[in-house]
Amino acid sequence: MAFDSLDAFFAMGGHGAYVWSAWAVTALAMVGSVAHARIERRGLLRDLERRARREAATPRKNPDAS
Amino acid sequence: MWAFIHKVGSPKWFYTISARLLPWCWTLAVTLILVGSIWGLAFAPADYQQGDSFRIIYVHVPAAFLAQSIFVSMAVAALIFMVWKIKVADMAAAVMAPLGAVMTFVALFTGSVWGMPTWGTWWIWDARLTSMLILLFLYLGVIALRGAFTSRDSGARAASVLAMVGVINIPVIKYSVDWWYTLHQPASFSITSRPSMPVEMWWPLLLMVLGFYAFFIAMTLMRTRSEVLRREAGKHWVRELAAGGA
Amino acid sequence: MPSSDKGASSAVEMVEPRGGLGVAMAAIFKRDLILAARRRSDILNPLAFFALVITLFPLGISPQQALLATIAPGLLWVAALLATLLSLDALFRADFDDGSLEQLLLAPQPLSALVLGKVAVHWLMTGLPLALMAPLLGLLLALPGESYLVLSLSLALGSVSLSLIGAIGAALTVGLSRGGVLLSLLVLPLNIPVLIFGTGAVQAAIIGNPVGPHLAILGALCCGALMLAPFAIAASLRISING
Repeated sequence: MAFDSLDAFFAMGGHGAYVWSAWAVTALAMVGSVAHARIERRGLLRDLERRARREAATPRKNPDAS
Repeated sequence: MWAFIHKVGSPKWFYTISARLLPWCWTLAVTLILVGSIWGLAFAPADYQQGDSFRIIYVHVPAAFLAQSIFVSMAVAALIFMVWKIKVADMAAAVMAPLGAVMTFVALFTGSVWGMPTWGTWWIWDARLTSMLILLFLYLGVIALRGAFTSRDSGARAASVLAMVGVINIPVIKYSVDWWYTLHQPASFSITSRPSMPVEMWWPLLLMVLGFYAFFIAMTLMRTRSEVLRREAGKHWVRELAAGGA
Repeated sequence: MPSSDKGASSAVEMVEPRGGLGVAMAAIFKRDLILAARRRSDILNPLAFFALVITLFPLGISPQQALLATIAPGLLWVAALLATLLSLDALFRADFDDGSLEQLLLAPQPLSALVLGKVAVHWLMTGLPLALMAPLLGLLLALPGESYLVLSLSLALGSVSLSLIGAIGAALTVGLSRGGVLLSLLVLPLNIPVLIFGTGAVQAAIIGNPVGPHLAILGALCCGALMLAPFAIAASLRISING
């Protein structure tokens, strides 16, 4: 352990603002990319599902209409 | 051999096999990055010259590595797409470009933040930062060119040509910027090219670099899978998949 | 020109007459030259732009001779770079609009060689006049006396690369209706090495260093571009036409 206390760890020897902002932006970029990819994938799957349901529903609808 | 390449190139085969690889990649990425972060932030000794501000290295250097590697991977994927007409290669190239741009931005941001305690200014026209900035413009060009075409196939091929032209130019740009920098700012202190770094500082960096690479592979696999679904939405196997999931 | 022999041997299956490639390249070169001579404004506009941009800098920065002299090499080179960029959009545009680009694609000769003729005309009509005009503008910026020849020489040599690399961007964006801004985004980062060594040569001449190495590297960049760019231009044109 390079630090004596938790406070020293957060202070980073006076450079806390720089170190933590650099790490925060990196973490944000990576978590953001993953979140974006997950939302994209979920949206695509939902669209496909809806499309499949619609296609499955069409033949049943026709006899109802007639 | 050719049969194998075309099998890998088929979107369906890629979709099934990547589903099996993906959990491993994520586990590897998360483990390496977590261990590397904790080690680098809390356990690695402080630098004798820069103190604790050097801990930015553990995100700056892996991001800079990725920024360059992703461009090369993108160009290789573009080449595979142009030569063998393998669609999955282009899907991978398409999803790599934004990730590469994000990583280039991260490298630029962390480098600039690191500059403040080291040089006393947010931005310095350091050779490394300058080439990173140019790389960001190259990424933006590739992304913009792909988006500018109304036909997806034309956009894909245009972006492939540009990626290949760019990758040939990257070493030339890098060397000319290095030369330019040494001409204008002789013998100044460079933040990352250090003659000797203690082993205790090296290990976490190695873990972080490997972790970032695993992250890149996992992200690319994941988003390429989405791209497969998007482009193959009308195909039989995707419909079956959607119907099965419903 | 050894290209006439090469053209005949590399395209045997086409049964073209001996020297077909040389004839075709010369024909394209002549045609573009005539077209350029008829549209004189296309040649004059980049030159006027070059002069105008150079006029803006003393107004925007300061008319002090000492200050202008130190930044003159960079200003002249950047302005010349932008002027070349301005002329690039028209490189394939007219041929694309009237369909003669498609005829070029259908020609039995390799497209990469044919576009070289077009790029050569572009350089003759923009790069060379810019290089010849630069010393005049250098005078306005109080460029030190020893560097005028080197300025012209570096611009003449460097603009060959600028034309070749720019033609790739022009070919990629010719099919797009609003390709202008995109073209600069694509081309400018790729031109940075030429800019660095071009200004490097002029600055070396000012401080009395040998300029040979800089010009040699500019020549090397030019050779590299001459070797690889034609294939990229040809591939890009095919994409733009078929898309």
